[in-house]
Amino acid sequence: MSEPPLLAVRHLDAFYGDFQALFDLSVDVQAGEAVAVVGANGAGKSTLLSSIAGLIRTRRDAVTFDGAAIGGTPAHAIAARGIALVPEGRALFPSLTVEENLLIGGQLKHPGYWNLRRVYELFPTLAERAHVPSTALSGGQQQMAAIGRGLMSNPKLLLCDEISLGLAPIVVRDIYARLPTILAQGTSLMLVEQDVVQALKATQRVYCLQEGRVALAGAAKDLTREAIAAAYFGV
Amino acid sequence: MERGREAPMIDWINVILQGVLVGGLYAMFAAGLSLIFGVMRLVNIAHGDLIVLAAYVALVTTETLGVGPLISLAFVVPLMAVIGYALQRLVLNRTLGDDLLPPLLVTFGLSVIIQNGLLAVFTADSRKLQAGDIEVATIRVFEGVYVGLLPLLQFAVAVAVIAALQFVFYRTALGRAFRATADSQSVAQLMGLDNRHVFALAMALSLAVVAIAGVFLAVRANFDPAIGPARLIFGFEAVIIGGLGSLWGTFAGGLVLGVAQAIGAHINPGWQLLAGHMAFLVILAVRPEGLFPRVRP
Repeated sequence: MSEPPLLAVRHLDAFYGDFQALFDLSVDVQAGEAVAVVGANGAGKSTLLSSIAGLIRTRRDAVTFDGAAIGGTPAHAIAARGIALVPEGRALFPSLTVEENLLIGGQLKHPGYWNLRRVYELFPTLAERAHVPSTALSGGQQQMAAIGRGLMSNPKLLLCDEISLGLAPIVVRDIYARLPTILAQGTSLMLVEQDVVQALKATQRVYCLQEGRVALAGAAKDLTREAIAAAYFGV
Repeated sequence: MERGREAPMIDWINVILQGVLVGGLYAMFAAGLSLIFGVMRLVNIAHGDLIVLAAYVALVTTETLGVGPLISLAFVVPLMAVIGYALQRLVLNRTLGDDLLPPLLVTFGLSVIIQNGLLAVFTADSRKLQAGDIEVATIRVFEGVYVGLLPLLQFAVAVAVIAALQFVFYRTALGRAFRATADSQSVAQLMGLDNRHVFALAMALSLAVVAIAGVFLAVRANFDPAIGPARLIFGFEAVIIGGLGSLWGTFAGGLVLGVAQAIGAHINPGWQLLAGHMAFLVILAVRPEGLFPRVRP
């Protein structure tokens, strides 16, 4: 790869108070790529996304995006730079309707392919429920709404935190089937997943985290199930 | 003059009507308080004193510019809004966190500062804004029942203010930002919203309403630096009676409070405030969530 990566995380340490969650972590995402980050509970996957998105403070040069060092920048400024996070557990705004959740995702008014109409095209079930309180949706619909909300800001990079969590396999497949469209329209993806199989199918490269460190990295098609299981569980 | 059974009935109609009209003023005292608590869970102990501050700003405006109280609104409202933005951004944002106590302490201190500052500058003399003939004009609704034009005007403005706040909250991007930030500060940041700015805008809006309430207070009654805390209590009671989270509920709460006070005053003038507090206690005992709470899903 001769081009510098869109996102470069280098030697990232992350702490919750005195507890260190990430140790000297380095990952990157090239423009136009879909990258998976897998690992067991507590491996540090969500911490990684929170650090990139600015919800956890990091060293300035720990995270570089689009050529600029963004570590330590407040989360709202990082969102303005073109990184959108789809948080774990959907985290839709309960006081807002489905459409209002999407509209607030587009608060930044960044130009691009994604707008309300196109998000409804991607997820027709949301259009049918536009004015329903977001809490009245099923888990799968909430996940679609959360992804749609992230897309509304036309991000260069979409960070997805465990979008398969708590959803039936058929619903997960339905959602994953939309990801190629998102990639095709120019948004790069970092998918954090516990569902390794689904993650491998949807991405080009995989990082496996274990206890806050990268235990394995490589092209999705090159890694064997055994290697991943070993890295996942630290066997 | 007809005496007998009709007169007390007419009296009661007048009493209720006065109560409803003053209730509109109480609703305006309460609206800013309700807004701030809804958006950032901040109880502003200085709220009543800020209303009094607005009254004094209006006083200075009318005296220096030689304009009437209504015109002074054009100056007082923007000034109070700017004060609100600065207050939140520079002072109150630093108090926000998981602990409920720091905002209470800081706004309590602010209340003391405002009261004593006003006392130092204006003395304890009772003041009042003159609005001219409108103050004594009345409208005859029907035989024996009259309403003051000024209270009616203030009531109409109170309705308009609540309606405008509802519009902002539920039909504008700013209102979405308020509601989203109240739901979750961290997820709101992910949308690109700067919480410091959103909270400051909410306080600016609250103090704009406070400004209107202050000018109305100044025209309607005598005011001095010490009457702030009593206005705060009325505002609190209106919010609690009406139910947290609902602006029209706050409006209804103001009306209930005003009518309760009016009924109490009609029975015995010394019972005016007591009747209001009793109504508040009854609601708190019987229906603690208020009359029209917004059910959080």
